[in-house]
Amino acid sequence: MKKVRVLIAKPGLDGHDRGAKVVAKFLQECGYEVVYTGLHQSPEQIVNAALQEAVDVVGISVLSGSHEYVFPEVMRLLKEKEMEDVLVFGGGTIPEDDIPALLATGVKALFRPGTPLADIQTFMKEHVG
Amino acid sequence: MCMDRRDETLRLEAERWQVGVDKSVGKHPERKASFESLSDLPIGRLYTPRDLPGFDYVEDLGFPGQYPFTRGVQNTMYRGRLWTMRQFSGFGSAEDTNQRYKYLLDNGQTGLSVAFHFPTLKGVNSDHPLSRGEVGKCGVAIDSLRDMEVLFDGIPLDKVTTSMTVNHPAPVLLAMYLAVAKKQGASWDKVGGTVQNDPLKEFFAQKSYVWPPRESVRLLVDTMEFCAKHVPKWHPVSISGYHIREAGSTAQQELAFTLADGIAYVEAAVARGLDVDSFAPHLSFFFDAHLDFFEEIAKFRAARRLWARIMKERFGAKDPKSLWLRFHTQTAGVSLTAQQPLNNIVRTAVEAMAAVLGGTQSLHTNSFDEAEALPTEEAVTVALRTQQILAEETGVANTVDPLAGSYFVEALTNEMEKAAREYIRKIDDLGGMVAAVEAGYPQSEIIRASMEFQRAVEDGRKVIVGVNKYVKKDAKPLHLLKIDDSVERAQVARIAEVKKNRDNAAVEAALGRVRDAARGQENLMYPIVEAVGEYALLGEVCGALVDVFGAYQDPAIF
Repeated sequence: MKKVRVLIAKPGLDGHDRGAKVVAKFLQECGYEVVYTGLHQSPEQIVNAALQEAVDVVGISVLSGSHEYVFPEVMRLLKEKEMEDVLVFGGGTIPEDDIPALLATGVKALFRPGTPLADIQTFMKEHVG
Repeated sequence: MCMDRRDETLRLEAERWQVGVDKSVGKHPERKASFESLSDLPIGRLYTPRDLPGFDYVEDLGFPGQYPFTRGVQNTMYRGRLWTMRQFSGFGSAEDTNQRYKYLLDNGQTGLSVAFHFPTLKGVNSDHPLSRGEVGKCGVAIDSLRDMEVLFDGIPLDKVTTSMTVNHPAPVLLAMYLAVAKKQGASWDKVGGTVQNDPLKEFFAQKSYVWPPRESVRLLVDTMEFCAKHVPKWHPVSISGYHIREAGSTAQQELAFTLADGIAYVEAAVARGLDVDSFAPHLSFFFDAHLDFFEEIAKFRAARRLWARIMKERFGAKDPKSLWLRFHTQTAGVSLTAQQPLNNIVRTAVEAMAAVLGGTQSLHTNSFDEAEALPTEEAVTVALRTQQILAEETGVANTVDPLAGSYFVEALTNEMEKAAREYIRKIDDLGGMVAAVEAGYPQSEIIRASMEFQRAVEDGRKVIVGVNKYVKKDAKPLHLLKIDDSVERAQVARIAEVKKNRDNAAVEAALGRVRDAARGQENLMYPIVEAVGEYALLGEVCGALVDVFGAYQDPAIF
């Protein structure tokens, strides 16, 4: 069976990559094929990487307060490239009040600080196996 | 002979106690099979003189203000003057932050500390494509001297000291600060403060790098040389462990990598031909205060002793001030939880007390809402009051280094120094910190430590109250500070206005001189000061340097 491929992405100028790396390493240990973009990616670069790497899932980590720009923009670009079947989730310092509007753009889940890795694994199993 | 008999008595008493312990543990096992510190140092049941073999008061501790400075760098420490209460602050526009500074100064804060937004930290302007959504969010937006003038409007720069947290673009921000001072009529020899300007840790900790490692160290030495000549009260570098720890390192790694960065900077400055005693007294440090109370205190004490020994033994420094490790502390942002946020006030208070008992020179206490956003005025006031209560109500500042002589604290201090020395030896073997960074050594050490910590949290070996124990759904979300998009629009408009009103030919010429200096050996501070004075934008000056130095790319190791 083909392994599920996951892109972990760090958008913008934010350098806080501990969470992104811990999640990338964890998903790899869970048996997923993980690609990490590295830092300082624009939404265009993230979507292009998702296309080139033919990933099934994109996980985006934002700790800079720019989530209200980044997530809708990534969702818009995925739609533009007819990649709506890619599962998108996110994490970082995202205030609870901001979450409903982001989920409404099609992001499947947002994991706030303190989320157990097991929750992310459960989420992945549920959606992509 | 008297000593021998005492040692023998001690041994017998210890054995007697052990018999009792075995009996107790047989009946009621201890809470855990083994106890470890937050950074996984083994922690014993009890410490006695037997844990400090060969302990020599004068050699290992000395008196405050005396080598090896384990007990503090000043003779009287906080009895003379309390630590500087310096809340790191910056958000939105320069106008917004200027108001916050005036509020903090009115409330008894004693120094300023500027938090810049990500575009400034990365050396790009607010209208750069990657700045979208980030303007003013994590700090104040500064694009040109115009913003800096607004930021310090009505704040006399010869009276207040300022710390600026910015690294690769630091020379540009320092040049802007000095230009504002000049416009206020404050002479540079009266202007005091610190610019973080610690480029190497950017590659493995904070990740706000612009150019490659070797060029970044050159710029640092340029700043050191310039400040020693023209701004003698300025600290041109704050060698920072804070971000190393926040990126997921242990306390030992934080200490070791910070001092290894310091060693690299001293070596570079000496290689430039500077006399070690001409710049070493201006070096300053910055550490994290995390939750493991005694481990942190031991870390601070070991840091002072180890640095003093390195400066004396390795670099032959003579001036006692060259041996001083003076440091700023920030409580651990990473220890704050989004869940049950009021608990963060307690965490911060304990961390702040560790910093004070560890002998910090200045302190930032985090606000309880900072796991989610920049702090509100209410939250930042509680954080400042925490320091004021420590200073003026608890009595902890009344005696110098009150924990010295504790068998536990001294043993832990020794452990810390030993662990840090081992790391420093490894880094020396790799060819020093620049080569170690290029080889990805500290990067992979930190990833390993942060993964291990996360595993310990996942399986409950490490407890975070409200996160993996005593979990309870929060009743209502906190009221948080929100930066809206109008800041970004206004900032982009101001850039256009600055470009319209300046002498663009003079800017181009000045940027040309920055490029020329970068290609040669000339100290870059001089052309940068000139370019900034012509209202060259931060992104233009950094761009000119990137033209020559190239841009650093993240190797994306995980």
